[in-house]
Amino acid sequence: MSKLPIVRIENLHKKYGDTEVLKGISLEVQEQEVVVIIGPSGTGKSTMLRCINLLTIPDEGRIWLEDQEITAPHTDVNKIRQRIGMVFQDFNLFNHLTALGNVTIGLTKVLGMNKKEAHEKGMWELERVGLADKADLYPAQLSGGQKQRVAIARALGMDPHVMLFDEPTSALDPELIGEVLTVMQKLAREGMTMLVVTHEMGFAREVSDRIIFMEHGVIVEQGPPDQLFYAPKHNRTREFLWKITELYGKDRDNAAPASG
Amino acid sequence: MDELIVFLQRVIPDFIEGTKITLQLTVVALALGAAIGLPAALARVYGGKWLKKIAVAYIELFRGTPLLVQLFVIYYGLPDVGITLSRFGAAYLALGLNSGAYQAEYFRGAIQAIGSGQMMAARAIGMSQIKAIRYIIMPQALRLALPAWSNEAIAMVKYTAIVFLIAVPDLMTKAKLIAGRYFNPIPVYITVAIIYIILVAIATVIMRTVERKLETPGLELETERH
Repeated sequence: MSKLPIVRIENLHKKYGDTEVLKGISLEVQEQEVVVIIGPSGTGKSTMLRCINLLTIPDEGRIWLEDQEITAPHTDVNKIRQRIGMVFQDFNLFNHLTALGNVTIGLTKVLGMNKKEAHEKGMWELERVGLADKADLYPAQLSGGQKQRVAIARALGMDPHVMLFDEPTSALDPELIGEVLTVMQKLAREGMTMLVVTHEMGFAREVSDRIIFMEHGVIVEQGPPDQLFYAPKHNRTREFLWKITELYGKDRDNAAPASG
Repeated sequence: MDELIVFLQRVIPDFIEGTKITLQLTVVALALGAAIGLPAALARVYGGKWLKKIAVAYIELFRGTPLLVQLFVIYYGLPDVGITLSRFGAAYLALGLNSGAYQAEYFRGAIQAIGSGQMMAARAIGMSQIKAIRYIIMPQALRLALPAWSNEAIAMVKYTAIVFLIAVPDLMTKAKLIAGRYFNPIPVYITVAIIYIILVAIATVIMRTVERKLETPGLELETERH
């Protein structure tokens, strides 16, 4: 029996000027699935993520979130976005608010919770990412890794049905990447549906259910991590994975060598 | 020296009166300027095509013409189209509209200095654009605009002197009257200059205190690090 996918994308197109960034992407993501999207920069991975919560409006194609077509006219984007958490490469924490304030502002101003409820929920979300003790610190007083964890807590506060991660560790110093990946891994274990654009191959292999390799605005290949890492169908996938693991150093010996 | 002290004692009540009016003009003009400037800045950044055009036209008109011309048009010109304002009314309106144009530009600069990521993050948690402006953009932009706004406040203390040309009894007008009455201009104008300096010093201290009070912890460190 097949359940209703949580996200369904059909023939997605997006152009910026003359540059066609997305050339017909179709994709389904099931509940509790962790999908990692990889590919060279400029291939439309981030654009695709942003289309899912309508931060970018697609030129063509349709997107469903659960049973609702979000690309249909007259949908309430603010309501739709409450069901989709997003984590950005450069955190985008609200600089004038404390860590706790960053989590609670959406609860009070968007969901209409009262202060006390919001405070409790906010502290609980900070606890989840291991930062309850930093609740009163401002973003400028936090490390990059801590900022990103607060950003994750902020997104989780809205009780999203799916989380989008747009290169969540790319702006971090190497020694801070681990703490963010650990939080993401924990989320995945808890059953969160996640779409993750990342170059962290270790995370992709260990945590994801499926890897999607995108290039030039199309999905070149997708499948379970083992298949993509050890038996990719396309030479481009093989080359890219080889290059990226070489670049990021980890588990190089385990990746399939590029041939030809 | 004694003569000077006796003379000053005699004119001090007039100076106090004038100083009160100058302060009143400054505060009202700044408040009116903020009330006009903030919406103008928002219209310029977030408004549709027409709102944007109206905001730009207003800003360029009042930044592009001398304050004195604006004052005269409002006081002497508007009656021709059936709008007659009192001296004070004309003074408030001219100073307020003029300040509003400059304040709009300070606010606009501050709003645009807040990275687009802030708006994106706010929209991503489901905030409407209006809420995002109100709760995320403005609190940061107003803090950023404070130093420039302080400059405007200080300048306004002195700009108000222009109302002497339509005989609003501010500090400058009083000085002119006293100087004429006693045929003793130099001590009078020096005293007035000193009063303006004191007013500006007070305004500076107030604005610095406000800036310090509203500082976001850690942010000053971050600017140093870069």
